[in-house]
Amino acid sequence: MIQLNTFLIISAIVFSTGIFTILYKKNVIGILMGVELILNSVNLNFISFAKYSDAQINGQMIAIFIMILAAAEAAIALAIILNIYRDRAMVDVTLIDEMKN
Amino acid sequence: MITQALIIWLLPLLAFTIQIFVGKRLPRKGDWVSVSAIGISFMLSIMLMIQMFMAYDPEFAVTAAMPWIETGNFAIPLGIRLDNLAIIMLMVVTTVSFLVHVYSMGYMAGDQYYNRFFAYLSLFSFSMLGLVLWDNLFGIYMMWELVGICSYLLIGFYFTKDSAANAGKKAFITNRIGDFGFLIGLLIVFTTIGSFNFSAIHEGVSSGLLSGGLLTAAGVLLFAGAVGKSAQFPLHVWLPDAMEGPTPVSALIHAATMVAAGVYLMARLSFMLSFDAMLVVAYIGGFTAIFAATIAITQNDIKRVLAYSTVSQLGYMIMALGVGSYMAGFFHLVTHAMFKAGLFLGSGSVIHAMHHSMHKLHLHEDPNDLRLMGGFKSKMPVTYATFLIFTLALSGIPFFSGFLSKDAILGGTLAFAMSQHNPIHFLLPVFGFTAAMITAFYMFRLVIRTFYGKPVRPEIYEHIHESPKQMTVPLMVLAALSIFIVYTLPSFNPTGAAGGWFDHLIQHPHSAVSAQLGHDVLHIDHETEHLAHISGIIISILVAGLGILLAFFIYYWKKADHTRIAQSIRPLYLLSFNKYYFDEIYQATFVRGLLAWNDLLNWFDAKIIDGIVNLSATVTRVFSAVSGLFDLHIVDGLVNGLANVTSLFGNGLRKIQTGQVQNYILGALLGTVLIIIISLI
Repeated sequence: MIQLNTFLIISAIVFSTGIFTILYKKNVIGILMGVELILNSVNLNFISFAKYSDAQINGQMIAIFIMILAAAEAAIALAIILNIYRDRAMVDVTLIDEMKN
Repeated sequence: MITQALIIWLLPLLAFTIQIFVGKRLPRKGDWVSVSAIGISFMLSIMLMIQMFMAYDPEFAVTAAMPWIETGNFAIPLGIRLDNLAIIMLMVVTTVSFLVHVYSMGYMAGDQYYNRFFAYLSLFSFSMLGLVLWDNLFGIYMMWELVGICSYLLIGFYFTKDSAANAGKKAFITNRIGDFGFLIGLLIVFTTIGSFNFSAIHEGVSSGLLSGGLLTAAGVLLFAGAVGKSAQFPLHVWLPDAMEGPTPVSALIHAATMVAAGVYLMARLSFMLSFDAMLVVAYIGGFTAIFAATIAITQNDIKRVLAYSTVSQLGYMIMALGVGSYMAGFFHLVTHAMFKAGLFLGSGSVIHAMHHSMHKLHLHEDPNDLRLMGGFKSKMPVTYATFLIFTLALSGIPFFSGFLSKDAILGGTLAFAMSQHNPIHFLLPVFGFTAAMITAFYMFRLVIRTFYGKPVRPEIYEHIHESPKQMTVPLMVLAALSIFIVYTLPSFNPTGAAGGWFDHLIQHPHSAVSAQLGHDVLHIDHETEHLAHISGIIISILVAGLGILLAFFIYYWKKADHTRIAQSIRPLYLLSFNKYYFDEIYQATFVRGLLAWNDLLNWFDAKIIDGIVNLSATVTRVFSAVSGLFDLHIVDGLVNGLANVTSLFGNGLRKIQTGQVQNYILGALLGTVLIIIISLI
């Protein structure tokens, strides 16, 4: 029987990887991947708590909800990124600073 | 039956909606929409009529009501009342309206605003039918205004012509004066009785909720509405001018239906007229009858003669209601609607022919002018024959419908005068009989000068043609409806309506005023009535024959030259020819007076009000200059100082704002870690 901790540790590793990706990457696509990782680690947490807890917690529902949300968010984000790419043929976040000043 | 009535009523509204929005794009410009709508209404009315005959009961009535406005104790229900009066009126309106619709297809053909004309006709039919159907004064008032609007729109139908546009306005404004009285009467009734419903008013008056002077006032004020709409003296001035509208409109609105609305209203309300109110009604009606008849003698415009004749005949109906001859008044409304609509349509047929003839000859004269006609009998046989029948009916010749109703009215006034102890009331029958004679005279003057004799202008006469079928068939139908037998069945008595269905079905409603007073408001015993009726028949035949003979004497055999007669009584002639100068008098008093009052107000406005306004403006300007300085130096100084301080801080802080999301996330992460560490410690 796999313990709850195992899931939580995996989840923490995935979460940290996501945070690291967001902080490290300059490429917007990379950052988006990091966000997806974070969302999935949270999903994993929800499902494992729902499985191991005696309380009537419907974590699965939330997980499905987050998946839908992530899909929607990815669609919009990719559309924006695509437009930025078309506009200037690069997706480096450090160089996209028109709104500054 | 109620459903049928609703369909009859709402179909023309549907036709109006279709016509006004998409009429132009429909084939034939959509005239078939309006014509078939009113045609179906006409057939349904016949069915209602048959149901009425099946019942054959003077008290027959079907009602339906629904709540409309309800707030607390204040409630106005709206309902429909189908009794004999309403059904017969419905029949009259749909018949004339249907025939006029058909006739208009010929008369208005090729007009630029053909579809709009039919839209207006439909709207009018809807409003007029509503006026007939409602069981309460409030609904009638709404429809009353709607028919007024339609009349305005249709009189001013040729709105590019100044005279037509002005005539429309005149009709509307003159009607408003009467309607104002109507509204006040309405409010008196509502404040005292608390309902607009006829049966509730009947009960209220019977039980004395509304009595004495206030009752008379209410009756007279409500009558003021009828004075405006039915063109009674002194508000008669609009109807002759209304002849600027297309002739079918004159026939439908200004001869048969809308002007009869006033009479219909008085018939509906006759139960609540006190004796004094009845006297007012009777005298105004009687005076109008003779007054308008004397004007009609000298007019040369064929439609104006008919217009004054209409005013005069409406006066007859009003007089009949005033002397308590309820059946006679309403009977004359019905018969008059048929033959007067016919006369107008017939004159339209003549004008149509004149117009085309003049158009061919490139003449620019008035096609309505009697003096240019003559001898049309052989050129327009159908128009002539029907016109003659209508004229005989209007003149009150036995065997025609007009005789029955006019004789009933004259008999009624005679009976009224005989039953009163005051001999001055014999004025009313004198008015009536004299007007009857004059009517016969001017109608035959019209017929002789139009159809008999030699053509006055042979070149115009050459090109006169009979009108198309759409125009002649309605004339024939109306002519058939002007024969006495239509109204006297099942009896065949040509001398009176007694024993006929009309006489049986339309009986005087129980007067609420009599119930309140405890005795009859007007008592006429049976013998007086009989005597008056017999003498009425004899005198009315005599006077009508005299009038006709006189017309033939002057205009056909030419035993006396009419211009020389006119010369010898020149002042009287001018008085009649200029319509007793009523337009001029109103112009000089009311219109001028109003304009002078406007000038006074204008002066007051320019000098006094503007002076005050300008003064206050100067004061305000000085004050604002001072406060402007204060604003510039002190308030702005404060604001600018604050802004400077803020921007100083902002410049310092903006260094942290790199715009890089990753930096912010790093900050958030470090913060979270810090919080966790602190909480662990």
